[in-house]
Amino acid sequence: MSLSVSNLTVSYGSHVVLDQLSIEGLHRGSFTALLGPNAAGKSTLFKSIAGLIPVHSGDVFLGDKNLRTCAKKERAREVIYLPQAFYSSLALSVFESVLVSLKQNVSWRVKSSDVHQVAQVLELLNIAHLAEKNISELSGGQKQLVALARILVVNPKIILLDEPTSALDLHHQLSILTIIKKLTIERGFITVAALHDVNLAAKFCGQIMLLDKGEIQTQGNASDVLAMPLLGEAYKVETSLERSREGQLYLDAKLLENSNLAMA
Amino acid sequence: MKVSNQGHEILQKQHDLISGFVASESKKIQMLTIVVVLLAISLVLDVSIGPGNFSFSTVLDVLMNRESHGIKLEVIIWDYRLPIAVTAVIVGAMLGISGALMQTLLNNPLAEPFTLGVSSAASFGAALAIVTGIGFVANVGSLLVTLNAFIFALVTCGLLLLLMRIKGVGTQAIILFGIAIFFAFNAMLAMMEYGASETQLQRIVFWMLGSLNRASWMQIFWGTSLLAIIMPFCMMRTWRLTALRLGEESALSMGVDLARLRIEILICISLLAATAVAFVGTIGFVGLVGPHIARLLVGENQRYFIPLSALLGALMLSVTSIVSKALTPGIIYPIGIITALIGVPVFLAIIIRHSKEQNL
Repeated sequence: MSLSVSNLTVSYGSHVVLDQLSIEGLHRGSFTALLGPNAAGKSTLFKSIAGLIPVHSGDVFLGDKNLRTCAKKERAREVIYLPQAFYSSLALSVFESVLVSLKQNVSWRVKSSDVHQVAQVLELLNIAHLAEKNISELSGGQKQLVALARILVVNPKIILLDEPTSALDLHHQLSILTIIKKLTIERGFITVAALHDVNLAAKFCGQIMLLDKGEIQTQGNASDVLAMPLLGEAYKVETSLERSREGQLYLDAKLLENSNLAMA
Repeated sequence: MKVSNQGHEILQKQHDLISGFVASESKKIQMLTIVVVLLAISLVLDVSIGPGNFSFSTVLDVLMNRESHGIKLEVIIWDYRLPIAVTAVIVGAMLGISGALMQTLLNNPLAEPFTLGVSSAASFGAALAIVTGIGFVANVGSLLVTLNAFIFALVTCGLLLLLMRIKGVGTQAIILFGIAIFFAFNAMLAMMEYGASETQLQRIVFWMLGSLNRASWMQIFWGTSLLAIIMPFCMMRTWRLTALRLGEESALSMGVDLARLRIEILICISLLAATAVAFVGTIGFVGLVGPHIARLLVGENQRYFIPLSALLGALMLSVTSIVSKALTPGIIYPIGIITALIGVPVFLAIIIRHSKEQNL
């Protein structure tokens, strides 16, 4: 079973954000990075795959199933989108906030199977000790783990993460991505993460997609994409591919000589 | 052997987690029960206090058996005091729920019917009826003021609803719109007052101060029926509302039909707020403070937050009713004045204590 997108067009008013965009099959157990400059439409792409915003045309397939024609609830079980900004102050305990993901029916009561499921996930992510704490009391890294717990408890097939490391320090960036990669492989998720750090993307993700000018400019093996001049063009920087002592490829980038330092 | 030990340890940890959750749930239910008991005591106290103080036990007797202490007490308690006391509870609950729902829906702890202009619209409607006799419904006599207030409040909520339907309009815009409505209706009200006669002015001012004296069993019937429909309706949506507290996009991603939920809840808010204001006039603060205290006590899981906001709103207004009678024997102060007078210091104390605790 794989995720594919064909001819997806999304516009805000007259501004076309995604133009006939297509993605080739992303398979279960694959962790793909979505790269692209600011305002390239990464969040829009995620939201349109998850069905959060109206799409002008195109289809999103999970295997043979067209997600665009699915009912909202069914789609929510298959795809989960984790937005960029995660709630800052909220008087809701970690346990409750994970439980919410399971409880989208009308019943007021909580089933013991739901409670067991939440407990298992909190234990799996080693955040059981935070269960009674309020979300607002957590650090950035802990909040991201809770967000992951909320995804795991639903156990979807597709996970779309919008800059999951943006508010984290280096240690937490590495640990969150390690956990995501491990879970993706173990549980067979199709995971796509929008990332800003090209080298982090290459380190953790097998595949990279580059989104620019409303289209996927390239999609392929991380090391191949890293070597492409397209990447530098998209970010308007000069890139050179280097190899670390451990043999890991990494991209070194500098501003173009004629680039405008004002935030153009 | 090691693996089985590890497995046992994990199971034990999960068991601890679950017991922790169950304990926190029962603590919240205890909290609700305590407020229910306090509310019952306050209700009986409210009935027993007034000119010609009757003892708590006498009042309980008459409440259990209408004729136990003669016709005089029956009339005083059943026809006069009880409707007022019950109305305080019902209106308080309505204000508490509508405040809680508004705060959740608009993601703003300052939202309540009063701050969003609903009450000012109702006041203007009432003033319009008092001064000009103009109303939406003809030939209703003394009900005109109440009906006008109700309809103006409802129309304002309808405007908020329409605004919500416009694509791209965020919650911030709705709050600003509410504030604009507040000022617009206040200005029109001032205009109305300016042109009013002395007697009309007196009636407007008295209406706006908020009073329980218009209470009747008919009002109680309508109020209870409304609550009996709206409360379960909201309780069936508490998980979806909690999901909304985690962010709009998160809620959408969980499959919540946000557009529909918003409209359903705003209709509930409109009916509750409009009815409450039409019954007793403008009573600010209850819709703000009730939910605020509820949030501090049980957090924002809406399945406890909404009922506790209702109970605390009811308790606040019931206590206010007692204070309004007990302050100066023989005088019943307008309840709107008392809510602010006791509400403000209590509210400030809670906020200061809470922020101190958070900074520790």
